[in-house]
Amino acid sequence: MKKSGAEIFVESLKQEGVDVLFGIPGGVVLKLFDVLHQQKDVEVILTRHEQGAAHMAEGYAKATGRAGVCLVTSGPGMTNIVTGLADAYMDSVPMVAFTGQVSTSLIGNDAFQEADNVGISRPCTKHNVLVKDVNDLARTIKEAFYIANTGRPGPVLVDIPKDITTDKAEFKYPDKVSLRGYNPTYEGNKYQIKQAAEEIMKAKKPVIYVGGGALFSDAADEILEMAELTQIPVTMTLMGLGSFPGTHPLSMGMLGMHGSYWSNMAMHHADLLIAVGARFDDRVTGKLADFSPVARVVHIDIDPTSIKKNVHAHIPIVGDVRTVLKQLNIILRSLDGNVNERKQQLKPWHNQIEEWKKAHPFKYQQDDKAIKPQYVIEKLFEMTHNEGIVATDVGQHQMWAAQYFKGKKPRTFITSGGLGTMGFGFPAALGAQRAYPDELVMCITSEGSFQMNLQELATAVIYKLPVKIVMLNNGHHGMVRQWQDLFYEGRYASSVLGKIPDFLKLGEAYGIPGWRAEKPADVESVIREGLKYKGPAIMDFQIYPFENCYPMIPAGGAQHEMVLEDPPDLKTKGGGSKKMEADDEGVLPA
Amino acid sequence: MEHIISILVENKFGVLARVAGLFSARGYNIESLSVAPTLDPETSMITIVTIGDDKIVEQIIKQLNKVVEVLKVTDLTETSHLDRETALIKINTNAKPEHRDEAIRICDIFRAKIVDSSPTTYTIEITGDVEKVEALINLLKPLGIKELIRTGRIAISREVAKVASRPQAVKA
Ligand SMILES: Cc1cc2nc3c(=O)[nH]c(=O)nc-3n(C[C@H](O)[C@H](O)[C@H](O)COP(=O)(O)OP(=O)(O)OC[C@H]3O[C@@H](n4cnc5c(N)ncnc54)[C@H](O)[C@@H]3O)c2cc1C
Ligand SMILES: Cc1ncc(C[n+]2csc(CCOP(=O)(O)OP(=O)(O)O)c2C)c(N)n1
Repeated sequence: MKKSGAEIFVESLKQEGVDVLFGIPGGVVLKLFDVLHQQKDVEVILTRHEQGAAHMAEGYAKATGRAGVCLVTSGPGMTNIVTGLADAYMDSVPMVAFTGQVSTSLIGNDAFQEADNVGISRPCTKHNVLVKDVNDLARTIKEAFYIANTGRPGPVLVDIPKDITTDKAEFKYPDKVSLRGYNPTYEGNKYQIKQAAEEIMKAKKPVIYVGGGALFSDAADEILEMAELTQIPVTMTLMGLGSFPGTHPLSMGMLGMHGSYWSNMAMHHADLLIAVGARFDDRVTGKLADFSPVARVVHIDIDPTSIKKNVHAHIPIVGDVRTVLKQLNIILRSLDGNVNERKQQLKPWHNQIEEWKKAHPFKYQQDDKAIKPQYVIEKLFEMTHNEGIVATDVGQHQMWAAQYFKGKKPRTFITSGGLGTMGFGFPAALGAQRAYPDELVMCITSEGSFQMNLQELATAVIYKLPVKIVMLNNGHHGMVRQWQDLFYEGRYASSVLGKIPDFLKLGEAYGIPGWRAEKPADVESVIREGLKYKGPAIMDFQIYPFENCYPMIPAGGAQHEMVLEDPPDLKTKGGGSKKMEADDEGVLPA
Repeated sequence: MEHIISILVENKFGVLARVAGLFSARGYNIESLSVAPTLDPETSMITIVTIGDDKIVEQIIKQLNKVVEVLKVTDLTETSHLDRETALIKINTNAKPEHRDEAIRICDIFRAKIVDSSPTTYTIEITGDVEKVEALINLLKPLGIKELIRTGRIAISREVAKVASRPQAVKA
C-alpha cells in the first residue's frame, strides 16, 4: 500500500530509532506534524524558538552520541536554525534538520515563506538535500542519518517541499546506503601507527593532546590505557573535556587560551605531541610561529582536512581515534611491559610539570564580601560529587566551568567551542536532559547568554525537564568587559547589561523557583536548595562583576607567554573607578 | 601559483554550487570552469583553474574530497598533463581591405579555422593551450576584435593518473 510523504517521513524516523524531535510547525510542514501527532514512538517537543530546537537537538546529540533531530517550517523557521546548524558544523555535532519548503511548483517564485534553504545552509552543513520526488524520501533520510553520524559527524539538512509530504509512494526503508563519494577511513595505516609507537617510547617530554574527536569515537578507555601504559601526561581541549578523568594524576586539564599554565608550558616544551581527534585551533595554539617549537607531531584524525591545516604533522594518521588507539595500544603493550620503568624514565618530565603547576595553579581570592565565580563552580563541583551533566553558555563563566569543573566522564561537558554561540547552553541542557531524564543536568550560564534563549523556560516546565540553571550573574558581557579592561583601557563599550531582569521574578512567571546568593556565605545553601528541588530551578549568584579569567594567552600571544593575573595598572584605567568603588565597598554597582 | 583541478562528481543539482563555494568562501577566484558529463552519464567532470597559495589550494582539495557527491579530485598541475581550450573570436575585417587576407594568414599559422564569415567580419575558432590561444588573440587585436568567447580549460593527464578514489587520495 502506498504511503504519503508525511507517513514515510515518520516511519523512516522510527526506523532510525529516533525517539524525540524538537521543532515548531508552520504552513508547509503541517502534514508532517499531523502524522507525528497521531503516533507515540517519536515524541515532539514544541520549543519556543527554532534556535532553541536546533540547540536542543545538539545537546541531545552531544549527550548521547546519536544525531539530534529538529523539524521546522520554511522561510523564517529555517533561517532561525542557521545558528544551530553553524554551531553543529563547527563542533562536529551529528544532527539531522528537516525543513519545510514551498511546493516544488512554486520554488524560485518568491512564494510565501520561501527561502533557499539548501543554498543558505550549504556552507554550514556537512551535507544537504532538497527532496524533489517522494520516491526519494526514505532513501534520503537514511543517507542523512548515515552521513550525520559517521566519519567526522556533522549536521545534515533535508529540505522537504509541501507537495512531497502529501504525494504517495511505496514505502520501503533501505537497509543500507551506498554513496560512491562518501567513505570515511576508520582504520589507521599500520606502518604509521608502528612509527608513532616507536616515537612515543623514545620521547622524553611527550604530551597527549586530546580533542572532541576522542569523545565522538567513544575512545575514553583507549586513551586511559595509552596514558597509563606510557605514563604520558594528558591535556584536553575545551571540546575534549571528559575524555580523560580530570582528577587523574596524569591529567593536566584544559590547554589553550584559558587553559592551565602547566599544560601550555608542557605543550611548549614538549618533544612529542600526540594529537588525538583535535584540530589545532587558534585558541589552542596561540601564535603559530611559536607553537611547540621542538615537538614532533603525531596527529590522529578521521578528517584529512584537519591534518597539516595549521600545524605540520610528522606522523599523520587518518582514522578513527578509537580504532587507531586500539591498534596503537597493542603495539605499546608489547613494547612496554614495565610501567614503573616508564615512570622512572619520564620522572624529570613529570617533575617539571609539577613545578609549573605549583608555580602557577588556578587561583582566586575569596573574601567574605563579594562572591567569586570560581568559588561557585568549585562548590558546585564539590557538592555534586562530580555527577551529572554540565552544559555551558559562552563567556567567562564557560571558561571557569572548564577550569574548575573537573568532569570525569565523557559526554558530560556540553559547550559551544568553535562558533562560541551565546544562547547555546540552556536549550542544549534541555536536550541533554531529555536524553537522560534521570540525570542531574546543570546549565552554567551568565545573564548575557541566558537572555539569548530564555524563552525555553516554558519548554523546561511543560516537558518537565528539571535543568538547574546556575547563573553567574555579573551584570556585564563579562568576557567582552575583560578584553576591554586589558586591551581597550577599560572603556566598557556596550558591555554593561545591568541588573535586569530580576531572574527570580522571571522564573516565578514560568512557575520556576529560584534562589539568590549575594554573599559568599549564601553560596552553599543556594546550591543545596537548587539541587534539592525536583523541577527546573534558578540559582542566581550575584558575583563580583569585575573578576577576570586567568590565566590567559592574549590574542596573538604565544602559548608560553600566559598572562597570569590582572596587570597592576588595571585599576587606574577607564572602567577602573567603578571597579575600585566595588572593591572598597564590596558591593555591586547598580 | 596556478592549479588545474579536475573534479569527478555525481551528476546532481547543487554539486557545482558546493564546489564553487569552497573557492569563493576563501576569496579565491575561479579563473576558468568547465563542466560536462563523462562517459558515465551519472557523473560529470568539473575542471577548475585557480591561482593561489599552494597550502590553501591543498586545503581546498581536501575539502573538495569531503563533499559527498565528489568522487575523485586530481590536481593536474602536479602531474604531466595536456590542457586545451577553445576560443571563438569575431573580428572586424572592414577597417582596411588587406585585413581579410591578414586574418587568413594568421589563422594559417595557428591552424585556426574560420567558421563563419560576413562581408565585414570573420569568426575564427581556435583550440590549443592557453599560450597558443592568447598568442592568436594578441595577433588579431590590431585588426579589431568584436567579440571573444572562451570555453575555459579542460585538461587530461598524460599517463594513468596515480590518484585512487578518496579517501586514499590524501597522502597520509
Ligand atoms: C570563549 C571561548 C574560549 C575558548 N577557549 C579555549 C581554550 O582556552 N582552550 C581550548 O582548547 N579551546 C577553547 N575554546 C574552544 C575553541 O574555540 C575550539 O572549539 C576548540 O579548541 C576545538 O577543539 P578540538 O581541537 O578538540 O576540535 P573539535 O572541534 O572538537 O574537532 C574534533 C576533531 O576531531 C576529529 N574527529 C571527529 N571524529 C573523529 C573520530 N571518530 N576519530 C578521529 N578524529 C575525529 C575532527 O575531524 C576534528 O578535527 C574556546 C571557545 C570559546 C567560545
Ligand atoms: C551570539 C553571540 N553574540 C556575541 C558574542 C560575543 N561575545 C562573546 S562572550 C560575550 C559576553 C558573554 O556574556 P555573558 O553571557 O554574560 O557571560 P560572562 O562572560 O559574563 O560570563 C559576547 C558578547 C557571542 N559569542 N555570541
